[in-house]
Amino acid sequence: MAEAQAPLTKKDFKSDQEVRWCPGCGDYAILNSVQGIMASLGIPRHQICFVSGIGCSSRFPYYMNTYGFHSIHGRAPAIATGIKTANPELSVWMVTGDGDGLSIGGNHMAHILRRNVDLKILLFNNEIYGLTKGQYSPTSPVGLKTKSTPMGSVDRPLDPLAFALGCGATFVARTIDSHLKHMEKTLLAAAHHKGTAFVEIYQNCVIFNDSCFEGFAEKTVRDDQTIDLRPGEPMVFGKTLEKGIKIVGWEPKVVPAAEADVWKSDTHSPGPAFVMSQLHLDPGMPRPIGIVRDVEAPVFEAAVHEQLRAAKAKRGAGSIKDLIYTGETWTV
Amino acid sequence: MSQSKNPGSELPLQQQEEVVIRFAGDSGDGMQITGNQFTHTSALLGNDLATFPDFPAEIRAPAGTRPGVSGFQVRFGSADIHTPGDQPDVLVAMNPAALVVNIRDLKTGGLVVVNTGQFGDSDLKKAALTTSPLKDGTLAGFRVIEIDINKRVTEALKGTTLSSKEVQRCKNFYTLGLMYWLYSRPLDTTMKWLDEKFAKRPELAEANKLAMQAGFNAGDIQELFQGRYEVQRCDDLPKGTYRNIMGNEAISIGLVVGAKLADLQIFLGSYPITPASGILEQLSTYKNHGVITFQAEDEIAAICSALGSSYAGCLGITSTSGPGMALKGEGMGLAVSIELPLVIVDIQRGGPSTGLPTKTEQADLLQAIFGRNSEAPIPVLAASSPADCFDVAIEAVRIATQYMTPVILLSDGYIANGAEPWRLPKLEDLKPFPKPFLKSVPEGGFLPYARDAYLARPWAKPGTPGLEHRVGGLEKAHLTGNINYEPENHEFMVRMRQNKVMGIRETIPTPNVFGDSTGEILIVGWGSTKGAITSAVEKLHAKGKKVSSLHLTHVWPLPKGLDKIFGCFRSILVPEMNLGQMARVLRSEYPEQNIISYPKVQGLPFRTSELVSKVESLLAK
Repeated sequence: MAEAQAPLTKKDFKSDQEVRWCPGCGDYAILNSVQGIMASLGIPRHQICFVSGIGCSSRFPYYMNTYGFHSIHGRAPAIATGIKTANPELSVWMVTGDGDGLSIGGNHMAHILRRNVDLKILLFNNEIYGLTKGQYSPTSPVGLKTKSTPMGSVDRPLDPLAFALGCGATFVARTIDSHLKHMEKTLLAAAHHKGTAFVEIYQNCVIFNDSCFEGFAEKTVRDDQTIDLRPGEPMVFGKTLEKGIKIVGWEPKVVPAAEADVWKSDTHSPGPAFVMSQLHLDPGMPRPIGIVRDVEAPVFEAAVHEQLRAAKAKRGAGSIKDLIYTGETWTV
Repeated sequence: MSQSKNPGSELPLQQQEEVVIRFAGDSGDGMQITGNQFTHTSALLGNDLATFPDFPAEIRAPAGTRPGVSGFQVRFGSADIHTPGDQPDVLVAMNPAALVVNIRDLKTGGLVVVNTGQFGDSDLKKAALTTSPLKDGTLAGFRVIEIDINKRVTEALKGTTLSSKEVQRCKNFYTLGLMYWLYSRPLDTTMKWLDEKFAKRPELAEANKLAMQAGFNAGDIQELFQGRYEVQRCDDLPKGTYRNIMGNEAISIGLVVGAKLADLQIFLGSYPITPASGILEQLSTYKNHGVITFQAEDEIAAICSALGSSYAGCLGITSTSGPGMALKGEGMGLAVSIELPLVIVDIQRGGPSTGLPTKTEQADLLQAIFGRNSEAPIPVLAASSPADCFDVAIEAVRIATQYMTPVILLSDGYIANGAEPWRLPKLEDLKPFPKPFLKSVPEGGFLPYARDAYLARPWAKPGTPGLEHRVGGLEKAHLTGNINYEPENHEFMVRMRQNKVMGIRETIPTPNVFGDSTGEILIVGWGSTKGAITSAVEKLHAKGKKVSSLHLTHVWPLPKGLDKIFGCFRSILVPEMNLGQMARVLRSEYPEQNIISYPKVQGLPFRTSELVSKVESLLAK
């Protein structure tokens, strides 16, 4: 069955499987956005592979009309690394959640980020365990009352962006499921990054943690409560983009837009990215979304295959005879 | 001989059929290198041989203590050899701890070569001794050669630029030289090895050569011995070209050859673990063969990356030992569910938990066959010797690809580090078994879980137009592979996976019986017990006993025809290095047979004599 010559459309990426997320789930918007940007990338469907772990978000591959691998809890980074290293030609996308990617699979997440495998990671963060019906997750805030924390959680949460930066990720971004334009823009930037692109998507769970991002993600407050970090552009926010951020010493300050610093996402040190990723921890500061870091670095699987090429060039492509009849032998 | 003069020419030369030498010293004394060099030289002389390295888990336990003793036993001979020998004829002891730990194994009347340079009061104290074994009667009944190797090496290396510490590090080569003299072996192979090993520090190569030559010459000049020995080449071995091989090396080569025969690229995902790390290291040197090795962040990532690579069209392989097997369980279940080829190599070691990392055991059998959640059948193979690892690795690749299934390959620490001559296969005997990928949509549409004659599903790799499909660990509908939770479909799929694996019986041979096909006792072995069992049966045959043996390579599913074979013997004796795991499996599969378990769980292989005694005691009943 030859691929159609005409450009692919969003519809081409919808699989024949019935989508089984709860009505109103943020996952629908993300699926829709991903199918949309896929059509614009110009990559044939057979060259695309979606890989996931376990959880609500991890059902994603079933709904994409591409190759797909729904694996086991937390292990998607390892499976995806195997796929991409085996065939670097593939466009590999990994879908995970806050529990899958940062709790049970936190170790694998750390290592895929430091290796810089050329694939895209979409981490749906809803600050709750959904598929197991409502226990707190590693990103749940202290005090959150859930089925497993009737008196409120006492765990301090983990910040996905800080985690990714700490692991040496070469592309780190954040977007929001309800902010469609921003999500598409961010996913496209991730798609074009050469190396591991880590995108945290704030995703609302209507059943077990509804409206947890309302304080900054809701349309009426979003402009004032978030700041979109756009590389090479001034760090401004507010309804009319009237406010800006200027870093004085180590400290970000709110200033009139005209005085805002230009955001640099590609500094040698991830220091500025780290400072800006934690901006909202200071009272009165907006929550950072957009592209926190975007740097170039050698890609893992390319280096692996370069070594194979170099070894073949130096020693010749090995044969069965080379393997067996080698070293010192004797005859009886 | 490469020596300029002809040392030892005046001493009588005695022929011996076979000799067992154990080199024992501190972990830092280089006993493994010494043993390996002696082995290698003997192999090139055409001796048959078997080795048994036995070393502590600690890289350097406190110097001079009993836990720090490292040993290497080599048996070489002019006749066919199956084991490294029950008891050494010669013990080389570099310090008091090595002496007292090993002396109890030495044959009565055996030869002890002792380095007296390491027998001061503090040395005795480190070995927890209050009296010197050289004087307190410990060595009564043995022939003892006392040499101050510390002093001899210092003298031999006078005038070199080496520090005194570096000089003392050459002691093992002095010892090796002495043993080369005693058993009339040439020095040139080791000389060449030293040149390569110390290519960047030629002064160390020279020093070790000087020490070895001094040890060799000492045999002649010092009048330590009354005679020298010679062990002729072994002409009993089948004709062919041979090379000395260790188990992990043979598995690595077998896997690469197997992948080439299947026309697949290897992706090894592995995490370092004793005694399996050698496979990761060895395969990482085969990059010019297209072998991809990935040192993963943990055991789980190791198997999952390998499985991901299989999905993408590679032959995924993961190598580990017992504790790593436990961690890989969920990944194995996923491999069973998505039905892709995967080879899982388990080099068993003593357990449970961390157990005895450097010692051998066969106690992962039930874990391999049954150790996963739910109904997750996986075929299990077991290698019986270092050279056999090559053949079994190829068989593992054959089954994995032909049946689209994970396969577990069991070896153990004894095989992994042991060595023997490997009769190299003729290239024309290695028959390709390519596994074709599905290249386009078949007539009637693409069904990811359609079945062929082996009940294997098609292998459609990403990158193939028109075959986009999803796999995963959720239960899937027959044929389409879509998620399906229906009760009847689940039971159908559980049975399908089970039938596929049990169907492997159709393509595996019934094992041959060694000895008569009827008799009193049939010894049934699997894995590394083969050498000891074969030797025991040979000894029992010589005594006229009606005993035979049968060795299982395919331990799950079991081959067809065993019931008939078992029925021709009064009892089935199953020796194994666990508490009777295979005996348990055989009892459940063949409940009408009289199956007797013979367990040994000491981190040590069976001795031939133990098996002979066991059989004799059963026959006497």
